[in-house]
Amino acid sequence: MDGNDLKRVAYYPGCALEGTGHAYNRSTKEVGKALGLELVEVKDWNCCGAMEVKNVDPQVQTYLSARNLAIAEDMGFDTVMSPCNGCYHNLKKAEYDLAHNPHAAEVNDRISRKAGHKTYQPGGVETIHALDWIRDAVGEDELRRRAMGKLAGLKVANYYGCMYTRPRHIYPEKDKGPGSESTLNPHFMDDILAAAGAENVDFPLKTACCGGAHSLSDSDTSTKLVLNILTTAEACGAEVIATECPTCHTGLEMHQVRAEKVLGRKTNVKILYFTQLLGMALGMSASKVGVQENMSDPSELLRAKGLG
Amino acid sequence: MPIHEKSLIRPENLQTNDHLVIDGVDVSGHWSTFIKPRTITDYNEAMEAVIWALPGGENIHRCWQCGSCTNACTVHAIEPEFNPRYWIYLIRQGLEEELLRDKDIIWQCVSCNKCTYACPRDVVPEGVMKATAHWLELKGHTAKSPSTHFDEGFTESVLATGKIEEGRVLRSFFKRTGQPLNQPWLVALVGGLIRRFPLAFLIRLGWGTVFRPRTRGWRKAGRAIEDYVQERQAAQRLALRLDGKGATDGRQ
Repeated sequence: MDGNDLKRVAYYPGCALEGTGHAYNRSTKEVGKALGLELVEVKDWNCCGAMEVKNVDPQVQTYLSARNLAIAEDMGFDTVMSPCNGCYHNLKKAEYDLAHNPHAAEVNDRISRKAGHKTYQPGGVETIHALDWIRDAVGEDELRRRAMGKLAGLKVANYYGCMYTRPRHIYPEKDKGPGSESTLNPHFMDDILAAAGAENVDFPLKTACCGGAHSLSDSDTSTKLVLNILTTAEACGAEVIATECPTCHTGLEMHQVRAEKVLGRKTNVKILYFTQLLGMALGMSASKVGVQENMSDPSELLRAKGLG
Repeated sequence: MPIHEKSLIRPENLQTNDHLVIDGVDVSGHWSTFIKPRTITDYNEAMEAVIWALPGGENIHRCWQCGSCTNACTVHAIEPEFNPRYWIYLIRQGLEEELLRDKDIIWQCVSCNKCTYACPRDVVPEGVMKATAHWLELKGHTAKSPSTHFDEGFTESVLATGKIEEGRVLRSFFKRTGQPLNQPWLVALVGGLIRRFPLAFLIRLGWGTVFRPRTRGWRKAGRAIEDYVQERQAAQRLALRLDGKGATDGRQ
């Protein structure tokens, strides 16, 4: 990200942010606006392939992601920001595969030509996550100044999920020591929310898996995995689980309900996107950051904390 | 040989004696569980090469059986039978019959990539799991798994319009797997949202149903991908010497 202008970046929302993750889309844009950052949506973007297309054919997934990178580059950007872990992971993986796997590069070129657009060459644009974007474009000091401790007293478990840090080799900028993100113990979300005043709890399942890939196709496994995350967060004293991925977020919310219905295990921890928390810390109302779209209704907790 | 790690051995391969004396030493009780000696002759020596040739299986030959993958595995933690290290061993040894005993759970890999992170040999066990599950279906050893149904419905939607709409993917999945949509937990979920914000929710739901999201100018790209997928699938069937039918769709 060195040298890239992060005040104005290409924005790749992805399919989930137009559906179940709509509140994440909305709160990300609002937070960007409040912090003076400009997002320009990638024109005519397509699905990155999510976690499904690679199982039909991995090279198709590489092409799908590369097409979006090609468009962002064509629009004159050197950075594309994606708030969804799945999209972020796939764009990063395409970048890596095109540089390291000649077969992937050959297939990408073949399909791109047939589709009638320029073939994306690795190194054209850099993909960053919404966490990188806010942390590096604004900085913790500025966030601290703007939020004035608004999240004080809110106990948060920061949940990063799988695809933000794994597999390690597609994230060459991580694990570079102080200032960089860690793949074993990620902390960018912790840093951002702490700057906004939140009290982060020590949460050992930051990068545990919610079973998102099989949320529907193997619901029992997903419910067990999610229940473990929810009960552990509660045991750690968290009132809120902060998320940074629409699949994790929806998975946690969906299987929180399913665990109660199917296993009779009720949990009370609330699930909010980190951008929703940050938005409210910057003085936005709960409805402005789309809290009404969350399935785990946090309005009572937010009122008690004087938020939204 | 007496053993401690009984969970790693199939129960039918274990022999326990209530009373046993060996060379005048009483080994009754804890020390009298043994692995039965056996001889295996029906190796499928082509198996590693077959998995190696499928997408995801490219690095299987690198495995040195350290077990880091199973140790890190999300699914193994809740289902001890789910054991990537063991399956990689069976594939490399050509022990097809042994592998087939676990054929109904291999697809359950959640792609969390903890194994890939932990592996010191860059085997990408996650990819090997997907390749193995794929092979089981191609060979007709298992019906298409729910996960495959989901992947196929999802991919179809992406190829058709460039994007997915989650409601449509969900309905297509329940239809493909022959499940009713009115699952109690799903009803509770949607019901909860409708109760809180009836209008907003229904408008969003209706919008997604009526106006299917599409990528402008997608047709040529969709067709180019379809051509490529068909070509790849034909090549795979040829490599596996299959008649083109492959797995059943699991709805018979």
